[in-house]
Amino acid sequence: MKFGTETVALSLFAFAALVAAGFGVDEPFRQHMWVLFIVLVGFTAILLRNTSFAPAAPIDPSAYMDGPIRYGAIATMFWGVVGMLVGVVIALQLAYPDLNIQPWFNFGRLRPLHTSGVVFAFGGNALLCTSMYVVQRTCRARLFGGNLAWFVFWGYQLFIVMAATGYLLGITESREYAEPEWYVDIWLTIVWVAYLLLFLGTILKRKEPHIYVANWFYLSFIVTIAMLHVVNNLSMPASFLGSKSYSAFSGVQDALTQWWYGHNAVGFFLTAGFLGMMYYFVPKQANRPVYSYRLSIIHFWALIFLYIWAGPHHLHYTALPDWAQTLGMVFSIMLWMPSWGGMINGLMTLSGAWDKIRTDPIIRMMVIAIAFYGMSTFEGPMMSIKSVNSLSHYTDWTIGHVHSGALGWVGMISFGAIYYMVPKLWNRERLYSLRLVTWHFWLATLGIVVYAAVMWVSGIMQGLMWREYDEQGFLVYSFAETVAAMHPYYIMRAVGGAMYLSGALIMAWNITMTILGHQRQEQPLPGSVPALQPAQ
Amino acid sequence: MGLMDKHAIIEKNATLLLVGSLLVVTVGGIVEIAPLFYLDNTIEKVEGMRPYSPLELAGRNIYVREGCYLCHSQMIRPFRDEVERYGHYSLAAESMYDHPFQWGSKRTGPDLARVGDRYSNDWHVQHLSDPRSVVPESIMPKYAFLKDTPIQVKDFSTHLVANRRVGVPYSDDMIAHANADLMAQADPNADTSGLLSRYPKAKVGDLDGNPQQVTEMDALVAYLQMLGTLVDFKHYDEAAGYR
Repeated sequence: MKFGTETVALSLFAFAALVAAGFGVDEPFRQHMWVLFIVLVGFTAILLRNTSFAPAAPIDPSAYMDGPIRYGAIATMFWGVVGMLVGVVIALQLAYPDLNIQPWFNFGRLRPLHTSGVVFAFGGNALLCTSMYVVQRTCRARLFGGNLAWFVFWGYQLFIVMAATGYLLGITESREYAEPEWYVDIWLTIVWVAYLLLFLGTILKRKEPHIYVANWFYLSFIVTIAMLHVVNNLSMPASFLGSKSYSAFSGVQDALTQWWYGHNAVGFFLTAGFLGMMYYFVPKQANRPVYSYRLSIIHFWALIFLYIWAGPHHLHYTALPDWAQTLGMVFSIMLWMPSWGGMINGLMTLSGAWDKIRTDPIIRMMVIAIAFYGMSTFEGPMMSIKSVNSLSHYTDWTIGHVHSGALGWVGMISFGAIYYMVPKLWNRERLYSLRLVTWHFWLATLGIVVYAAVMWVSGIMQGLMWREYDEQGFLVYSFAETVAAMHPYYIMRAVGGAMYLSGALIMAWNITMTILGHQRQEQPLPGSVPALQPAQ
Repeated sequence: MGLMDKHAIIEKNATLLLVGSLLVVTVGGIVEIAPLFYLDNTIEKVEGMRPYSPLELAGRNIYVREGCYLCHSQMIRPFRDEVERYGHYSLAAESMYDHPFQWGSKRTGPDLARVGDRYSNDWHVQHLSDPRSVVPESIMPKYAFLKDTPIQVKDFSTHLVANRRVGVPYSDDMIAHANADLMAQADPNADTSGLLSRYPKAKVGDLDGNPQQVTEMDALVAYLQMLGTLVDFKHYDEAAGYR
């Protein structure tokens, strides 16, 4: 019977949630368990509707398993739009504080929803579906473990829903980018181990002798995130029927553990994983081999070794011992080199195909992603220098830096990969419209430029205002005056974010129409068809 | 390039690649984090630090719940402007009982490490309820609902026990009195001598202007008003803190 055990397991799980909703010791926990119960009952109902008693059709073991990847591509697009929309909302809240609606939609609860939404829901789904796509095609093997890929996909969506609703209910560990409470963390650990098994199992049954470079990056991303997630979330619940837990570490140790995690959420989730994406989709779309095999070896090992050390640069001039700060700074600066190794390897893959930047908007998107990767991996080491950091820390400069990496690198390379994958996954001849891709490209690029430039100005201005003295040796500005000075920049930042969001909405439309099988009748892009030259 | 040729061995063996990359990524964490747990000079010895009182801990949990740390740091850096603006730079010992730490990473609002005793209780209640009524430039959200939300805890001693399990020195006495202390601290008619002997310098009395019940506003104000007040810097030996 199809879905027999799954249905039983899910309904038991739902019943447990109902019990927890009844006996929970605090109100947010009870509400959260009601959410879980409703979601699980919904899942169960869907499974029941799809139950069939007919013998299952035999699965062709040589065919690729693309179902979870199709769902993953749609989920990436959906969560991307949601996460970016929340981003625009909280940007507007900073400009117009009356937009806060207490208690559920105050800035403090929406901000983790935005960060987790774009990093883990959008970025995570992009990594999940592209890694499944890439590993099958580069190993010439079907995904390992039967329906394991479906468990990973749906299990991860459940994690997202529980994390997101938890934030709105005020359930948080306050560890940036690791806010979900202990029970959601345990669930993510289970899903993540399944993901590791899925990925590693597929590599182990490969028909290619070599493991392709993209898979090195994906594999190191999966295993490192497992390590970081488990250690950083070690905590002691006040009750096993309550939402509150207390971190295993305190003060200094807790701070460094968190930023060891936090910086490597950037280093492995948002960098190594997406470099895996770059190493497959850029050569594919450009139809050129990777520029340098040796460079990929060197920069892979250097990158994963050095990244882990960089965490303390988030804690410069704090109560963290000096030796740890300096060590973090030195390694952050060294990290510049392997980062640019990856950038060079990606960009130079276009050797002999540079003309495609003019004619292929998807390549253009990937190239700008790599360019932003290079820009933000230069800016990062620079900001990790203690004297620079003394100005930039606690200001919007950091926010701008994160966004040039997240919107520029992570966003753009994911968009490029999705544009590449979707027609192939649904057997369409081409995308609905290439001209819409061009629109998306320009809206997104200009949006990032506006965003980053505005945050540079506001961040540096804020840092300088805080430390400005007059001739008599008094501080010139009160804190409230520096807040007021930010107002015009917060409006412009929201405009930049809205431009980026509107690009993503255009993409969602384009992808939807492609999946539905439509093709827009449009003029080919200039240059994509060789112009006929009259004979002399 | 002999070494490069040997890389093919790793490329053909997934287990080797997995174990190799896991080993490579563990080094940095072990070298940087592990020593913090046993090097004595990581946290200087100072007088005055004590665990949070139950009401302060409840207030701290509200501070965490509402995401205050996203806009307010609790970490004063040793710069002239920060020390003049906020007070003595923060010591590692001052967050030794903080599970989790609340140092923050962004100052959309000012640092709060030493906000305790700077403003009156009434100011805090008014400011939290409607920030722009006291600071017109403020962009902080309103938290008026805290005033109307009674503290709802079945058994707060479980929170002290959980903290003790991760190393906070709550005594049996403190745990036994946890629920009573939680209520007594914000009750103007309660006998707080026991509470104050367990938690010196705790701010007692009606904190939120509503003596009828103990609300989340009471808890948050109790927490804010003690921030940075435990260490007496008149008696702090600067040189002893050098590391």
